[in-house]
Amino acid sequence: MTRAAFAALLSHWVRNPVQLFTLLAGLALATGLWSGVQGINAEARASYDAAASALDEGRYDRLVARDGGAFGQDVFVALRRAGWLVSPMLSGDLDGVRLIGIDALTAPAGMGPVNLSGDLDLAGFLTGGAQVFANAATASRLDGVTVLITPDLADDTAVADIGTAQRLLDRAGRIDSLLVRPDQPRNLPPLAQIAPDLTLQPAQGGTDIAGLTDSFHLNLTAFGLLSFAVGIFIVHGAIGLAFEQRRGMVRTLRALGLPLNRLIGLMLAELLVFALVAGMIGVALGYVIAALLLPDVAATLRGLYGADVSGTLQLRPSWWASGLGIALAGTLLAGGSALWGIARMPLLAAAQPRALAMAAGRRASFQIGAALVLLAVAFVLGFNADGLVTGFALLGTLLIGAALALPPVLNGVLAFASGQARSVTAQWFWADTRQQLPGLSLALMALMLAIAANIGVSTMVSSFRLTFTGFLDQRLASELYISTDSAEQTAALVAFAEGAGAAVLPIQSADVQIAGQPAEVFGTRDHATYRDNWRFLQSTPAAWDATFAGQAVVINEQLARRAGLALGDPVEIGALTLPVAGIYGDYGNPIGQVVLALDAFALQFPGVEPRQFGLRVAGDPADFVTGLTEATEIGAGQTIDQAGIKALSLAIFERTFTVTTALNILTLAVAGFAILMSLLTLAAMRVPQLAPAWAMGMTRAALGRLELLRAVMLAVLTAALALPLGLALAWVLLAVVNVAAFGWQLPMYLFPLDYARLGGFALLAAVLAAGWPAWRLARTPPGDLLKVFANER
Amino acid sequence: MTLLIVENLTKTYATADGPFPVLRSVSLTLEAGESLALTGESGSGKSTLLHLIGGLDRADAGRIVLDGQDIASLDDAGRAALRRGTVGVVFQQFNLIPSLKIADNIAFQARLAGRHDAAWCATLADRMGLTDHLRKYPEQLSGGQQQRVAIARTLAPRPKLVLADEPTGNLDETTAATVMELMLELVAETGAGLLMVTHSQVLAARLQRRLHLRAGQVA
Repeated sequence: MTRAAFAALLSHWVRNPVQLFTLLAGLALATGLWSGVQGINAEARASYDAAASALDEGRYDRLVARDGGAFGQDVFVALRRAGWLVSPMLSGDLDGVRLIGIDALTAPAGMGPVNLSGDLDLAGFLTGGAQVFANAATASRLDGVTVLITPDLADDTAVADIGTAQRLLDRAGRIDSLLVRPDQPRNLPPLAQIAPDLTLQPAQGGTDIAGLTDSFHLNLTAFGLLSFAVGIFIVHGAIGLAFEQRRGMVRTLRALGLPLNRLIGLMLAELLVFALVAGMIGVALGYVIAALLLPDVAATLRGLYGADVSGTLQLRPSWWASGLGIALAGTLLAGGSALWGIARMPLLAAAQPRALAMAAGRRASFQIGAALVLLAVAFVLGFNADGLVTGFALLGTLLIGAALALPPVLNGVLAFASGQARSVTAQWFWADTRQQLPGLSLALMALMLAIAANIGVSTMVSSFRLTFTGFLDQRLASELYISTDSAEQTAALVAFAEGAGAAVLPIQSADVQIAGQPAEVFGTRDHATYRDNWRFLQSTPAAWDATFAGQAVVINEQLARRAGLALGDPVEIGALTLPVAGIYGDYGNPIGQVVLALDAFALQFPGVEPRQFGLRVAGDPADFVTGLTEATEIGAGQTIDQAGIKALSLAIFERTFTVTTALNILTLAVAGFAILMSLLTLAAMRVPQLAPAWAMGMTRAALGRLELLRAVMLAVLTAALALPLGLALAWVLLAVVNVAAFGWQLPMYLFPLDYARLGGFALLAAVLAAGWPAWRLARTPPGDLLKVFANER
Repeated sequence: MTLLIVENLTKTYATADGPFPVLRSVSLTLEAGESLALTGESGSGKSTLLHLIGGLDRADAGRIVLDGQDIASLDDAGRAALRRGTVGVVFQQFNLIPSLKIADNIAFQARLAGRHDAAWCATLADRMGLTDHLRKYPEQLSGGQQQRVAIARTLAPRPKLVLADEPTGNLDETTAATVMELMLELVAETGAGLLMVTHSQVLAARLQRRLHLRAGQVA
């Protein structure tokens, strides 16, 4: 019995391959988008883990020189003798690889390659036998050293004993920093007494790489989920239509004696088989998507956060599990209501004629109610959401509520249009469109979500780009940036610049804790550059005057939000306490900043000497550089022109959104696919509706054209409704999610031309999707149309 | 031997205008191998009675004993087993499985019942004139041919009772006569009882007994 029944169920798909393709393709695309994003995330996280497990650099407090430079090994010896549990580190560039030297004997437990592999030559490592640890890809770039392959090490990173590193880097006896073990003995002599030139740099804590990149992953995951939601709409539509078309078969099977439980079980098994097949295709598809996008993601993370991500992809077991799991869950979610309907359906009820519209009519009131509740929740959250969880709850309720509201709204618009129609063809067209609406509503919801996502994300990206370009003009106002290697070079630079009539703006900073938040303090010289170019989000009158007079500070938005600082609030910088005179936008910077007068900075941080300078040059910067390099020992490599920095910065931020743009395009393509598949699936059911119109004198070609017009018209209406939704989505992303994830709010700009172009793409997708079904309809054999009127049909 | 006993069967449907009694205390019996025509106006309760006897619906009151089994005592699975093995239903709308070929449609119910007999299915196909169409799909056949497939499917598991709900209602007169002739012949050969709903007095006259329903009651 089971075999015969299962064969009968499967035979439906053999006879209706388009439906099968719709189902599998929808689920595979949804899974592919989801698993692609998850794959990228997993790969990036694995890379961080590798980097973190190799060195854990950010996990410990460190002692660094006040001037940020290297210092002698004798300082390390002095501190150890005084009882400080510190471990030396040195890093530098070796053949384009970051070589890190550590001392395995004094390093904190669990750190370094010694812990990563059990069969390492510890003696060789400790005796400075030129052993270097690196992964295979990095090892191939290191010449003249013995490399032990350690797969878990991050790309472009090698680790060696500090003695080996000093020798290879030609920096004998020098140390960059000292790691401070957390288990220090009591009653240690103060640092200032033993090593007055060193300062304690706290562990990175909340601002480490993983924490920063988590926000990026969060964005990716959100778009992955959105894409998956679009896919689920497709699957739901495909399964719903397939079940609708099989109602007759279900009725017959039950009438012939197939028990209901067995029938439900078989249909469930059938769905699960499809989910597994589509899931596997989807995971493979996701691998392709991830492989195509990963280089951009790697570049983005490296550029934006300094996090190294491998550019190659591994198909991890967790990825398979996640992809197949989401495919199964999505299928059960999409097929659950259909199966539930069959389980509860009285046997004879299925024998009664039942149009999709009737079923949709019964669901409509529930749908409208759910939409109103969700939109009301979104409205309330819009005023109260202040974190990532509430931000995403706002996104979810807004998008789902709007999607559920789409069919009733469209129905209302169509009813109004129908009432205005005068010609008989127009009346039939509007009435027929209303009848078609239930069958297309899921695909239209998917289209609306896709367009809204596009509008939302493109608004966010474009707002970001516009703001950031203005920000670069503001923050990179100097024509040239120059770094010096020594106090002598600094003096030479200042002397040359004064002679050439250029203003020198030193850039010097120190890492501090302000109100419990890690922050950088910058000392700035009084100059018109700041007054002319910096734009405050909030400020007191004459904020710069007060700052340069040493009576106030200005802070960035991140610090203001995290530390809860407002204008006039006191800021403690060591022994100095000054009020906030201004708050400026500081886009892209993960941590807090304080700007105070140069003199006040020098008093507070006497050991910090400026090594970087902005130069306001009146003439051609290139001539200035030529003169500088001829007159001093400063090389051209130490100078950077402003245009170069701007281009680099813009390139980094462009890459940041390459991934989301690609996902947006894919999502829109998937939505177009949903319309195509829905129209193809509906095509067979349309014949009885169209045959009377044909019999009464409309040509098949005219019917085909009207089908195309209908799809385009519905797409236009959907796009029009998607616009406000997309703008609301952008507002949530900019004003809620961005603030929660990054700590700053972006101004929202509108880009009507972009929206018009998106609308054009949506129309194109609708025309492409409806073209083939309309063409098929126009070529329907008259015999098929005539069958509608025959008893024998 | 009595195959079917129906006693005081009552069925009421809820409608917008309130409860509507479709069957009111209907009783009948059918002997094994006997044929009975159920006639009556539209809405008189003929099809409802057929559905209740076939285990497709549940009565509000009364008793149906089929082949010694009280249908009311059966759960859903038991009623499904009854439909698979004991009863065969021929519908007005044929209700073939559109995605199965004719040969598979004919054998389908017998397979469900676990009583598939390839030789008997071949005989049925031959007697119904379907041998040349076995590899086709239902949509490729005429209405008369489809109904012959439905009858062959019903008889393939050799049911004890055949229920036919206006089996020729969708066919022209000539085709209907041919199909009916074949059905009566084959039902008689299998020794099954036959309960047939029909509007046609001509068809009703060809069965051994006739029962007329009027407003849910035996007239």
